[in-house]
Amino acid sequence: MLSLIARRLLQAIPTLWVVASVTFVLLRFAPGGPFDDEKKLPPEIKAQIEAHYGLNQPLYQQYYNFFLNLCNGDLGPSYKYPGWDVQEIIAQSFPVSLELGFWALLIALAIGIPIGTLAALKHNQPTETGLMGIAMIGICLPSFVIGPILLIVFSLHLEWFNPLGWSYASDRFIPALTLGLLYAAYIARLSRSGMLDVMQHDYIRTARAKGLKDKTIVLRHALRTALYPVVAYMGPAAAGLISGSFVVETIFFIPGLGPFFVNAALNRDYTMVMGTVLFYATLIISFNLLVDIIQMWLNPRTRND
Amino acid sequence: MIKQRREAAASSVASKSLGQDAWERLKQNRMAQIGGTLFICITLLCLIGPSLSSYSYEQQDLAYGAQGPSSEHWFGTDDLGRDLMVRILVGGQISIGVGFAATLIALIIGVSYGAFAGYRGGATEALMMRIVDAVYALPFTMMVIILTVTFDKKSIFLIFMAIGAVEWLTMARIVRGQTRALRKQPFVEAAIVSGAKQSHILQRHILPNLLGPVIVYTTLTIPAVILLESILSFLGLGVQPPMSSWGILISDGAEKIDIYPWMLFFPALFFSVTIFALNFIGDGLRDALDPKESK
Repeated sequence: MLSLIARRLLQAIPTLWVVASVTFVLLRFAPGGPFDDEKKLPPEIKAQIEAHYGLNQPLYQQYYNFFLNLCNGDLGPSYKYPGWDVQEIIAQSFPVSLELGFWALLIALAIGIPIGTLAALKHNQPTETGLMGIAMIGICLPSFVIGPILLIVFSLHLEWFNPLGWSYASDRFIPALTLGLLYAAYIARLSRSGMLDVMQHDYIRTARAKGLKDKTIVLRHALRTALYPVVAYMGPAAAGLISGSFVVETIFFIPGLGPFFVNAALNRDYTMVMGTVLFYATLIISFNLLVDIIQMWLNPRTRND
Repeated sequence: MIKQRREAAASSVASKSLGQDAWERLKQNRMAQIGGTLFICITLLCLIGPSLSSYSYEQQDLAYGAQGPSSEHWFGTDDLGRDLMVRILVGGQISIGVGFAATLIALIIGVSYGAFAGYRGGATEALMMRIVDAVYALPFTMMVIILTVTFDKKSIFLIFMAIGAVEWLTMARIVRGQTRALRKQPFVEAAIVSGAKQSHILQRHILPNLLGPVIVYTTLTIPAVILLESILSFLGLGVQPPMSSWGILISDGAEKIDIYPWMLFFPALFFSVTIFALNFIGDGLRDALDPKESK
């Protein structure tokens, strides 16, 4: 177990290096720079600003400086939010994104697992077709369609929630539901096929033969094994939630990290883009490692890898 | 898998090829049929529709802005007075076109990469798949966003290049795993023992078995790409106005849902039905081509 963690952490270093280098190269090849505004700056002033940030140096020097700063844990100042460091922006806005992602994942699991399990238990019955049809609709409707519809129904007509804002606990509900529904649908499909698989195993037959109740068989014996695919899916799901949060945070004007990243990419805010990419890459790598550890804990057969 | 195929073959009097066998199964799948018909209808409508209409996708008529559906404009007009139906159909050309083109790129890269890795084996394979694992762990939409910013021309071609350049990973994994597993199958070993040429083994035994998962995954990649294109357009990074795509129309409509609901309803309807149809075709193909997987 420890050797796996050590190996994965060692692998993470070259991965992050590749990510950073690719991002660096791509950004510098992008036409325009951070200080090419629509309102044209006088060339002398622009040159001075660029000199201040070291953007007038040759590219290899900038690349070297960037990694030097990175090793000191410094992501540099944002070009578009003067006076702010990239770390400060991330530290301020990421907790919001994290909270949104957390609730979304929780909603996805809370909706997806029961639906999938129920569908599997009613295999080849109308209930299954109906539930899986609903799951399919969840997959086909993008969040920027679901979001406004939920907003209209729950906020404007029923007036249960505030239409916008992030101040009260109840403000989390609609955005988290919007973000989570797609994953609820995938989780429903995964737990259905996982459950169908498990129910054919011998140990379930043994449990039946012992005269256990259906409920006990499903909850105590089958569910744990049936959820392996769902646990394995948590890694990709987390990556997906991050990109999904870009859209959902834009729809609901949530002060998370997503809109910062999109704007930074549009405005060539090199340091901000780089910082966000590295931050999210680190996050996803750590999360995948965590998922693997959980998998090994749940399923002894994967431990030998 | 083989056993079931044998049984299926034994039950019918005349022997059938894998393709015919799959086609028979696909024909029995009602949802896949509905999906296929819907998708063909929508594609044809998008291709032919705009030339039959007297409106163009960019022709504005401010005096006739934001009208609900009527006999003149079946789906209504947007706030600039452009005919919504023509914009949806033209947008469909872009969205479906991008979906197919990017998937094709992902298919070419993924299959050659995966097959090469699986065929070579050993250290080459290990290194190649580690690279895939590494890229897989990345925030993939972020990479697409950075790529679209890098190729700032906002040309549709580059957008799908960028999407295809990121979408090939899963394909590579599937193909490599399949090739590896097939090499160790008894029927391949039997073919080797009986002295079949390598090209023969590849053509007769490996490829047909690869084809199933590849076709299925391709069908499922197309809707994923269409969705990604719409996300990019929604964020303002994809297709640029006045050009139309489903992503743009939906994002326009979502902003005005409380005043001009039809501006969201019709594009979202076309979009969702297409994704729905493609997913059902994919699921149907999976059941048809790989009986073991179907449950």
